Amino acid sequence: METVEQIRDRLLARFPGATVEVRSNPSPSGQHSLLLGAATAREIAQFLRDDPALRLDQCSNVTGVDWPEKEVVETTKTTVPDPAGGPAKVVEQKSRRLEPGCLEVVYHLYSIALRHGPLVLRLRTGNRTDQVTLPSLTPVWRACEFQEREVFDLFGVRFEGHPDLRRILMWDGFQDHPMRRDYVEPDDYEWEPTPHGAVLAKAKRHYPAPAPAAKP
Amino acid sequence: MSDAALPPDSAAAPAATPASEPITPAQRDDLRRQGILLTSIEELYNWGRSHSVWPLNFGLACCAIEMIAASMARFDIARFGSEVFRPSPRQADLLIVSGTVTKKMAPQVIRLWNQMPEPKYCIAMGACAISGGPFKQGYNVLKGIDRFIPVDIFIPGCPPRPEALLHGLVQLQAKIRGQPLTGPDAPRHLRSDVECNCPIPEFGAHDLVPTQNPTVWQPPQPIVRPDKA
Repeated sequence: METVEQIRDRLLARFPGATVEVRSNPSPSGQHSLLLGAATAREIAQFLRDDPALRLDQCSNVTGVDWPEKEVVETTKTTVPDPAGGPAKVVEQKSRRLEPGCLEVVYHLYSIALRHGPLVLRLRTGNRTDQVTLPSLTPVWRACEFQEREVFDLFGVRFEGHPDLRRILMWDGFQDHPMRRDYVEPDDYEWEPTPHGAVLAKAKRHYPAPAPAAKP
Repeated sequence: MSDAALPPDSAAAPAATPASEPITPAQRDDLRRQGILLTSIEELYNWGRSHSVWPLNFGLACCAIEMIAASMARFDIARFGSEVFRPSPRQADLLIVSGTVTKKMAPQVIRLWNQMPEPKYCIAMGACAISGGPFKQGYNVLKGIDRFIPVDIFIPGCPPRPEALLHGLVQLQAKIRGQPLTGPDAPRHLRSDVECNCPIPEFGAHDLVPTQNPTVWQPPQPIVRPDKA
């Protein structure tokens, strides 16, 4: 199969206005991925499936990632020459910025016909609260249907164009999205004979205040 | 057996016992060793039903595989009279909760329990049915089926071996044989003061509503080590 960079270049040539970025994976597996813009994602998916050199005809896996917003501290070092002629000073400047959170959907594509793969696609939502709509790729790969329902159920990504977008694991009246990082689970397993760690912190609300130590 | 053996024990007590005192189980066993079968309606009735406990044909997870193995030729649950796995709860005496009970599945399990006629018994098989097991900290697993229905026998293991299930069944039989037919310890189907049905929880916005049946389960009192409090 072509490298991810080659595929990106072909996609950009074919879809001039599209957003296609390569997200590199520094781990030994080196599975680099393509981050697609939501607007042209379905056309690109169609192209990847039908292109004779790629023919990615199987979507084996759809999963979600929750990226909560986080504060990034960046340290910039600048060298200030000493006007008195001494050695140059290094001044560190720290800047904080808030990186907005988003929800990400990851697709793993393989080609059964040409026996290659995987190609990893990523789609990102605008934020984690109200702009959570992404185009569904179920019209392109039918195998996405249940897995996109699962991503909808557990992460709360709404897939536009999905034929049957319902919860699949939790019941219909359920309101939370359990795989999000800020999900607060029901407080129903606090008790253990010897709680420790996070379970103890959670269980403390249920325990009576310790009796004051009796003086001999 | 002649009818003479069936009247209450006091009538047939040996001479060493005053006529007003019932025969003790030790004396009865002593007589049996001598070849004299002396029994009571209660013992006969419990003996009969303890050896025909028909389980519900119902499995939830990997523990069900062990339950199936226990019903097959190698372990042969038929030796204990429980080989007739009934596909209908109306014909079953025993609910073996064999596996993880998710919160989505819990109302169906409790509905099956309610559909079973009395006398009925429940075995919680494996760590998941007892406490949630390895999924205890998950968002969608019920932390023990004993929060909603009364459980008679808990079989620990993950999953328990078929021998453990057979041991649990033998324990259940012993429990059935020891049940008096009258008085406050009588089984539920012979009493009018207990409710046999368990309320079925609803699917709430965040969890099951209610999260437990307070008549069968209360949170245990916390045990906190002083240095951990």
